[in-house]
Amino acid sequence: MTRMAATRDGYGAALMELAENAKVVVLEADLGKSTKSQLFRKAHPERTISCGIGEQNMLLTAAGLASSGYIPFASTFAIFTERAFEHMRNGVARPNLAVHLCGSHGGTHTGTDGSSAQSIEDLAIYRTLPNVTVLHPADDVSTKLLTKQLAAHHGPSYTRTARNKTPVLYDGREHEVAIGKGIVHGSGEDVTIVACGVMVSRSLDAAELLREEGINATVVDMHTLKPLDTELLDRLSAKSGCMVTAEDHSIIGGLGGAVAEHLVSSHPVPLERVGVNDRFGESAQAEEMLEMMGLTASDVAEAAKRAMSRK
Amino acid sequence: MAADIDALEEQARRCRVEIVKMVHRAQAGHPGGSLSEIDLLVGLYGSVLNVRPDEPDWEDRDRFVLSKGHASPGMYAVLAEHGFIQHEDLKSYRVKGGVCQGHVDMKWCPGVDFSAGSLGMGLSFGLGCALAARLDGSDRNAWVMLGDGEVQEGSVWEAVMAAKHHNVGNLKAIVDVNRIQNDDFCIEQMELHDLEATWASFGWEVFTVDGHDMSAVVGALMAVAAHSEGPAVLLAQTVKGKGVSYMEDNPSFHGAAPNDEQFAQAMVELGEVAA
Repeated sequence: MTRMAATRDGYGAALMELAENAKVVVLEADLGKSTKSQLFRKAHPERTISCGIGEQNMLLTAAGLASSGYIPFASTFAIFTERAFEHMRNGVARPNLAVHLCGSHGGTHTGTDGSSAQSIEDLAIYRTLPNVTVLHPADDVSTKLLTKQLAAHHGPSYTRTARNKTPVLYDGREHEVAIGKGIVHGSGEDVTIVACGVMVSRSLDAAELLREEGINATVVDMHTLKPLDTELLDRLSAKSGCMVTAEDHSIIGGLGGAVAEHLVSSHPVPLERVGVNDRFGESAQAEEMLEMMGLTASDVAEAAKRAMSRK
Repeated sequence: MAADIDALEEQARRCRVEIVKMVHRAQAGHPGGSLSEIDLLVGLYGSVLNVRPDEPDWEDRDRFVLSKGHASPGMYAVLAEHGFIQHEDLKSYRVKGGVCQGHVDMKWCPGVDFSAGSLGMGLSFGLGCALAARLDGSDRNAWVMLGDGEVQEGSVWEAVMAAKHHNVGNLKAIVDVNRIQNDDFCIEQMELHDLEATWASFGWEVFTVDGHDMSAVVGALMAVAAHSEGPAVLLAQTVKGKGVSYMEDNPSFHGAAPNDEQFAQAMVELGEVAA
């Protein structure tokens, strides 16, 4: 049976392994229990900085630490990172300080807290910032590996993790996980489905549904939205001739936006974007939310067929 | 370090001349807040700030953050006095490719520790520098200069609260209380109430000084530097536009350049040319 785990647990585990580097420090804004940075806090209180419920101060305190040779990992809910967006822009991205910001509980999959806690625009806004690497991993294994890679990464980053458990995809495939490189599942030539986060496993399910109808799909886990793996996109768009993007995020500006921007300036092919269709969420269980937003495996499969029909 | 007060006063005069020249040359910029802060900056760099102009990135230097980053002409003038940049560089203020960007920028100018320009960020950045020093086991200080209007930004108070919570004895704030912000007097835009009581209520040690009395400024900075039990703030009473009569206490010169006639008058008033 498939192991289930939450990507935020991968983040917490990565911080624990990174702790052996004495320059790694952790900043929290009263949500360490949720983002899982509390594991580090309990083990290394002297290197953990509580910022209270103050995200703006957290971002710039982290920037000061980064400018002084430390490697800060700051986290809160994805939605609350957005309050400090201008701090990220002016105080972190502009001076290119290697602050690593993690927003947990991203997307509508976050569930019953409702629309106030369901960030559906975080990937879009951080993607607009020069110097910032943007990640949204699909499982706890890749989250852990990518977070660990960030410690040696130059420049700031934003990583979105999710609250709820999803299937683990990369036990035994750890060597395939690297910042900036999409992970390819399958080799179908009829359609390419590019997904991130919780939608990667749904897209793999969609590929199964399509296979039953005789359609062969390739699924890409595009965990790095920026820098985008354009080489891979070019190769797969040329091969399949159409694409689908799938994300638990607004269809405006996120993975769908990134792929669309690239395709129109390289080799345009029909593209269908599966995501949150310019609306807010509400309180419901994670699976109910994905259904409400049109983010199920069958939604992705239908989008694939639409894309193919436009070839 | 014993400071030569007369020499610092003369240096401040020279800096005022450069501030007015920079803003006049660029026909843009922020003279008022540069002229109000300049005695504090000259006093700081001339007494307690432990930095190395020939090694601006020295890891164990004191940090200085000009959080009111628009008052950059004042900082550039002091950096030139100390040799972080050349006097010739001052001509690059607001000029394409120049080290003297409109707002102080660590990516462009040696001796600048933080890229400011958006108010309310510097104190948090200074807190991060102070915490890093503590982790390093270093006694270096982080100094942050804010404007009084700037404290209307809520994030300043996040930093004030956090600095006391972590009780960083190496974080030193200076508030340039010139009573004027962009559009008008602070009391018209958003009353600041009793700053002394407010900072004290957050657990900060509060010092006050006449920000244009060089001897008092140096004495106050040394007292602030010596206070290591927790965060300390120096509330400096200043006059916006100090030294140029028509700019003094005049909200119109927060962010406006003098015309040629006004420039000539300023050079006379600042003792640069004979009347």
